Amino acid sequence: MLTYLVRRILYSVPVLLAVSFVTFWGLRITTDPLLKFRNLRNAATILPIQRKRLGLDQPIIVQWWKWLLNALQGDLGVSSRTNGAVGGELIHALGTTMHLVIWGTIISSVVAVSVGVYSAVKQYSIGDYAFTGLSYIGIAMPPFWFALMAIVLLVTWPKVHWDLDQPIFYSIGLHSTDRSGIFNLDYFRHLALPVMTLVVQTIASWSRYMRASMLEVLGADYVRAAKAKGVPRRTVILSHALRNALIPLVTVMALDTAFLFGGLIITEKIYSIPGTGTYFLNALTAGDAPALLGYTLLTGILVITANLIADVLYGVLDPRIRLS
Amino acid sequence: MNEFATLPDILKPDARSRDALLEVTDLCVRFPSDDGVVHAVEHVSFSVHANETLGVVGESGSGKSVTSMAILGLLPTYALVSGSVKFRGEELLGRSDKAMRSIRGDKIAMIFQDALTSLNPVFTVGRQIVEAIVVHQRITKDAAKQRAIELLELVGIPNPQDRFDQHPHQFSGGMRQRAMIAMAIANEPDVLIADEPTTALDVTIQAQVLDVLERIRERTNASIMLITHDLGVVAGVADRVMVMYAGHQVEVGGVDEIFYDGKHPYTRGLLESLPRLDRRNGTDQLHRIKGQPPSCVHLPPGCAFNPRCPHALPGLCDDTPPLLREVAPFHFSTCLRAEDIYPELR
Repeated sequence: MLTYLVRRILYSVPVLLAVSFVTFWGLRITTDPLLKFRNLRNAATILPIQRKRLGLDQPIIVQWWKWLLNALQGDLGVSSRTNGAVGGELIHALGTTMHLVIWGTIISSVVAVSVGVYSAVKQYSIGDYAFTGLSYIGIAMPPFWFALMAIVLLVTWPKVHWDLDQPIFYSIGLHSTDRSGIFNLDYFRHLALPVMTLVVQTIASWSRYMRASMLEVLGADYVRAAKAKGVPRRTVILSHALRNALIPLVTVMALDTAFLFGGLIITEKIYSIPGTGTYFLNALTAGDAPALLGYTLLTGILVITANLIADVLYGVLDPRIRLS
Repeated sequence: MNEFATLPDILKPDARSRDALLEVTDLCVRFPSDDGVVHAVEHVSFSVHANETLGVVGESGSGKSVTSMAILGLLPTYALVSGSVKFRGEELLGRSDKAMRSIRGDKIAMIFQDALTSLNPVFTVGRQIVEAIVVHQRITKDAAKQRAIELLELVGIPNPQDRFDQHPHQFSGGMRQRAMIAMAIANEPDVLIADEPTTALDVTIQAQVLDVLERIRERTNASIMLITHDLGVVAGVADRVMVMYAGHQVEVGGVDEIFYDGKHPYTRGLLESLPRLDRRNGTDQLHRIKGQPPSCVHLPPGCAFNPRCPHALPGLCDDTPPLLREVAPFHFSTCLRAEDIYPELR
């Protein structure tokens, strides 16, 4: 298992190198590191000096190599927008984003699996049809629209209508200004809407996968054989069938991690959460190349990690592909 | 209106002994489908007695497996099941899933055809046997494990201690079927339904598995209902044989009577189709029953076998619904012309 993990991590190195080079190259074409010097009065004398200082006169591969050597030592450069160290800023933003990622993943998987199992076991019942309809709406709904509707219906409307001092749910940030910590009501009231926005599409699609996977497994011979042994129906479904049905879902979940980071950008922006998504969007609008590079590298690492976790989970769920 | 609606009282095709463990009377299973109603099992009656092996023979789609599923209530909910299935005098049909649980695996256990797909791939073989034990017996986990290892040993699996913790994919085909048998006999059931237990296995392993079944029967006194399309298997193991065709039973009798004195053209056709080394009919061709089995949606009128039957009499066989009747002592056939076409053997 350990050898396998080490090997997988080594395999991901070329992927990360390629991702960083393509991003580096793309950013060199589209952004101008010398922008802030161009409007100076003595631009004509300063520009060549700055170009040499920043190494822009060298071939792109050399520039990338220098960036990489620094990155490997933990130095992702200085943000041209904030003048702060990109590494530190990203770590800080990631801490905030993790609140959304962790709760989003837990809630998505628990709800999607429950809904999928229910729909499969009670196939063609009213509940199944209801969940099917809801999931189509969920898949079709753009997160930015859902977020705005949630703010209107769950924040603004109750506050105005019932004449409240504070809204029931907040739509800005993760904490009120004087509060911190998790597992308190204030945290919940802040987190409810962004997490809801983040999970609506994943729940909708994952529950459909789960339903299909569960239906297939419920028709399997070993499920019939378990029934023939006299095993209670509940155990047959929740033990024999569920564990097998989860195996294909793990693939979908791993592939959707990238999708999750896309959703984070919009969600964080709308709810003013200072996470990696907001950081990326700000860097993008400011043409902040070092910050964008750092963000891409971080996202790449996180997606690869998610796939690695999925591979380990396979082994846990399915002994046939367990690695020795 | 079904042409078989009126049935005679004699539908006790095997009154040889009275201690029937399992008594199936007038069992019908139908499946609604887009093309019409599929008549999977039509008016089948038989019983399984204590300590006997009943062979159920027929080609694919003749209703053998559906019959066994109906006994244990394992058919999908859309199946329309009628008739009666009695175990030790108690009706099983129409019981709730919960009420059937005390029967399944404990009184009547089942061995399935494909052991690879019938064992759960994600659980160890040991865990699956232990599960079969603990759902029916009040027993500690350690004792159940001990019992499971004994069972593995009983069915002839070497190193049962190590095998206990292995997964089905680590077992060979024959080993898996043995493990299935171990699971099925875990609670010493009264009736063991073996649905094509050797079909997926090669001949050597087949013989070994049949040998295990035979030993189990001697040891536990279980009655066995052996479903197969392999007449050779039936000849070697069964005491009595029921032959099925297109959802109907066509002949029931002792194994010798069926094999040496068949009273139904279908049974005879099946036997003649067997490749044999000791008989040469002048050609190298195998005998075959001409035609195809009928669709269970549109069964031919009269005897279901009449379009393929060499002895079919127009006006009789394609008109009169045949009923199972005693053509010789304890030997039952549905053939309307049994006495005419096989007189010399009476």
